[in-house]
Amino acid sequence: MVQSFHNNQPIYLQIVQRLCRQVLRGELGAGDKLPSVRDLAVQMGVNPNTVQRVYTELERLEVAETRRGLGTFITEQENRLQRLREELMEQQIKNFIHDMREMGFDAEEIVDGVQKALKNS
Amino acid sequence: MSEHIIEFQNVFKKYPGQIALKDISFTLPRHKIIGLVGPNGSGKSTLLKLTAGLLHPSNGSVRVNGQEVNRRIAAEVAYLSELDVLYPFYTVDETIKFYAGMFVDFDEVKAKEMLSFMQLDQTKKVKDLSKGNRGRLKIILVLARRVPLVLMDEPLSGLDPLVRDSIIKSLISYLDLSEQTVIITTHEVTEMEPILDMVVAVQNGNIQGIAEVDEIRSKYGKSLVEWMKETLVS
Repeated sequence: MVQSFHNNQPIYLQIVQRLCRQVLRGELGAGDKLPSVRDLAVQMGVNPNTVQRVYTELERLEVAETRRGLGTFITEQENRLQRLREELMEQQIKNFIHDMREMGFDAEEIVDGVQKALKNS
Repeated sequence: MSEHIIEFQNVFKKYPGQIALKDISFTLPRHKIIGLVGPNGSGKSTLLKLTAGLLHPSNGSVRVNGQEVNRRIAAEVAYLSELDVLYPFYTVDETIKFYAGMFVDFDEVKAKEMLSFMQLDQTKKVKDLSKGNRGRLKIILVLARRVPLVLMDEPLSGLDPLVRDSIIKSLISYLDLSEQTVIITTHEVTEMEPILDMVVAVQNGNIQGIAEVDEIRSKYGKSLVEWMKETLVS
């Protein structure tokens, strides 16, 4: 099950995003062990160096931690994961607002549009 | 230990009546999967053969793992030819034993493991294998060697999608990137892209560009194929 990636972003960042989303959805919980570098590489059909970069990036974000000889784990700091949730939401909304403003919508129209869309979804 | 796995310095390679490489100088880092791309006849295979010690430069120097390349570099380099080089009358098992006898670094246990991963029948003769299975066997023979540098000339060419996929998977599973560097010439760029760290674009005997795949994506927002179209001017 090799996954596909889009072109405008490094693959490692796309995998970081996917893993973060799995954490938000609760598919990966605090303290869960992540696959070994090689296993995830095979699973995703990517270079092991790329996965190593993913884990380094997750550590930098303090979302995961590597324990020597044991592997890489999602952090047990629940508040960090809570913060991740807020950060990703904030980021996504910022991008959305930026795009909407670029198309000439004002704040009221944006809020209106979102409420309508939410009702219909 | 030299910082670079490969160093080319002012390398010329002439064949009778034509120049294959024109004054090429570059270095490549260790522990990466590097794609060598470019049109047919661009000089990719020549570059690989010079690195493997199968050809001698007309001028300039080629160093691998800090050593000047000559025929004895075969002890440090595993080379997969684009041609069919296996003895047709050997069985798969005999082929493995033959390679184990030829190269002291050949890991028979790893080879056997890969045989079952690829579901190859050890008792079959090479001449009775399908083209796909011969392709798989060739991959096993280079990946079972514990060498710092692995060179593969067109390992995917002419094989069906399933075989190509199993070969890419076996690369991910069995390469040891903490010890090894791999250079692969390929035309199947889109398929290879997820496993490449770097690419070297070759055309008309020149190096047109060397880049990190991540950088091509983040800096230019491009896929490898788009980058190649721009780098390889027609």
